[in-house]
Amino acid sequence: MWFEGLPNAIKASLVLKAPEGLRPLMAAALSTMPILSAFGGLFAVVTLLERKMLGRIQNRYGPNRVGPLGIFQPVADGIKMLTKEDIVPKTADHLIHFLAPLVLLVTAMLGLSVIPFGQKLVAVEFEAGIVFFFAVGGAAELAVFMAGWASRNKYALLGSLRAIAQMVSYEIPLILSSVCVLMVTGSLSHTEVVQTQSGGITSWFLFTPWGFLGCILFLISTLAEVNRSPFDIPEAESELIAGHMTEYSGFKYAVFFLAEFAMCALTATLFLGGYHAPLPVLSIIPGPVWLLSKLTLLVLLFIWIRGTMPRLRSDQLMEFGWKFMLPMSVINLVSTGIWIALDGGLLGWLVTGACNFGAYLGLSRWLADHPNHRKRVYQYADGPINAA
Amino acid sequence: MNTIFLLISLTTIASAIAAMSLRNLVHCVLCLTLTFIGIALTYLQLSSQFIGFAQVMVYVGAVSILIIFALLMTRSGHELTLREWRPMHWVWGTLITLGLLACLGLSITGSSVSGKVASPEKSESVKALGQALMQEYLLPLEAMALLLTVALIGAALVALPASHHAPASKGSNE
Repeated sequence: MWFEGLPNAIKASLVLKAPEGLRPLMAAALSTMPILSAFGGLFAVVTLLERKMLGRIQNRYGPNRVGPLGIFQPVADGIKMLTKEDIVPKTADHLIHFLAPLVLLVTAMLGLSVIPFGQKLVAVEFEAGIVFFFAVGGAAELAVFMAGWASRNKYALLGSLRAIAQMVSYEIPLILSSVCVLMVTGSLSHTEVVQTQSGGITSWFLFTPWGFLGCILFLISTLAEVNRSPFDIPEAESELIAGHMTEYSGFKYAVFFLAEFAMCALTATLFLGGYHAPLPVLSIIPGPVWLLSKLTLLVLLFIWIRGTMPRLRSDQLMEFGWKFMLPMSVINLVSTGIWIALDGGLLGWLVTGACNFGAYLGLSRWLADHPNHRKRVYQYADGPINAA
Repeated sequence: MNTIFLLISLTTIASAIAAMSLRNLVHCVLCLTLTFIGIALTYLQLSSQFIGFAQVMVYVGAVSILIIFALLMTRSGHELTLREWRPMHWVWGTLITLGLLACLGLSITGSSVSGKVASPEKSESVKALGQALMQEYLLPLEAMALLLTVALIGAALVALPASHHAPASKGSNE
């Protein structure tokens, strides 16, 4: 398409206009600024969407006062957050308290920087880009701990420890389910993963038995990784007064959403064909539009889940992670191996599909029969109904 | 010696010194993490991306978190600072460090590794990595796997409740 080289051509001409010494800086700034501004803007849109959708789910209007249909609510919120007094507790560890959100923001941004937004549109090209993504994701755990510990508040510390335990547990199925994609493409680079999925919706990895299971496992682990409902135990407003975020004012949602965007962008890249259009005809629409719309769809899915699923208990969360997610992702690895050995095709579809579906059925039935997983009956809450 | 290498090594060494000399143990862990990141950056300088990122993933994402958990689970908030050092500790510490340094130095200069130069070309396809792990380095890989399994079983044994033979009496509220 004619527009594919356009952003890079504009960048090159702008860089050439800069003085000699400043050119590398100029190039770096031109690569990063679109990402920063696009995701800042997307963040504003998504907060509004989230409040509107949650309102719809809960049978109320949601924000509708600022501007027509409340569309200027993000602007008002932004002004409020920016002008809010930044309160730091007296006993807090000031340096670490200040550094924690910074580290979180930087890791989210670094994660976004390796995502290809279109043909040749990637801020940083790494051979081992996917490993890089998970590496910076691991650093986010440290930031959560820093936030919780530096606040010198027992609720914040408890919340951050819960968050870290959850993130560490779900990182394993997260990485294992993305390994299937790496096995099939034989590369650790985002660009190559997306290249393999070119040519319409049928070549997306979502529409293979292993890719389907992998995508679902990946999405569930993503929910846990970004502490989103139904895995929002660390935030638990009613019990832990927002966990590690307790002593922070204002910035909370920005950081929270950026990490989520990075994970959704990776999901779209790994399983949903990245910047490719679903039909070859539709590729007259530029790649970044496709990637951002896929990403927004995933975020909408998350909002839907948030509005309709109850929060898991802490032990349920751990058992689900270790007893269901982990075995399923290992089984998915095996069936991906079978898929590669059979070289796809109808036989590959049948065998891997049967393998995954059978494993799902068997594992879920077996776990449901386990005495620990029977429906819990509370003597005082459920008593009269049971007696009847 | 280029500027980037100088910056990275200065940061690594400074944070390593801070990790040993700071009073607050959590600060020490955070400085240690900075050291890990510095080592990862050194790998990147040697144009081995995979090892560099794996270093961040394992050491920053897992090992430092493990240290933090160990710290917070075993000590209460007031004990998170170190006691003052005694002169004899200095002497022993210096001796052990020098001994370790001599051992490592001798073994590195004695082995074939010291003669090797980092190859500038990128040979990091997943396939090459997998083949190296499964053919050339199979025995170390298996030994590591065995070690980790033993550690896992040991941890599970330690974590088992002392009276796991007795029937569970958890259902009292049912």
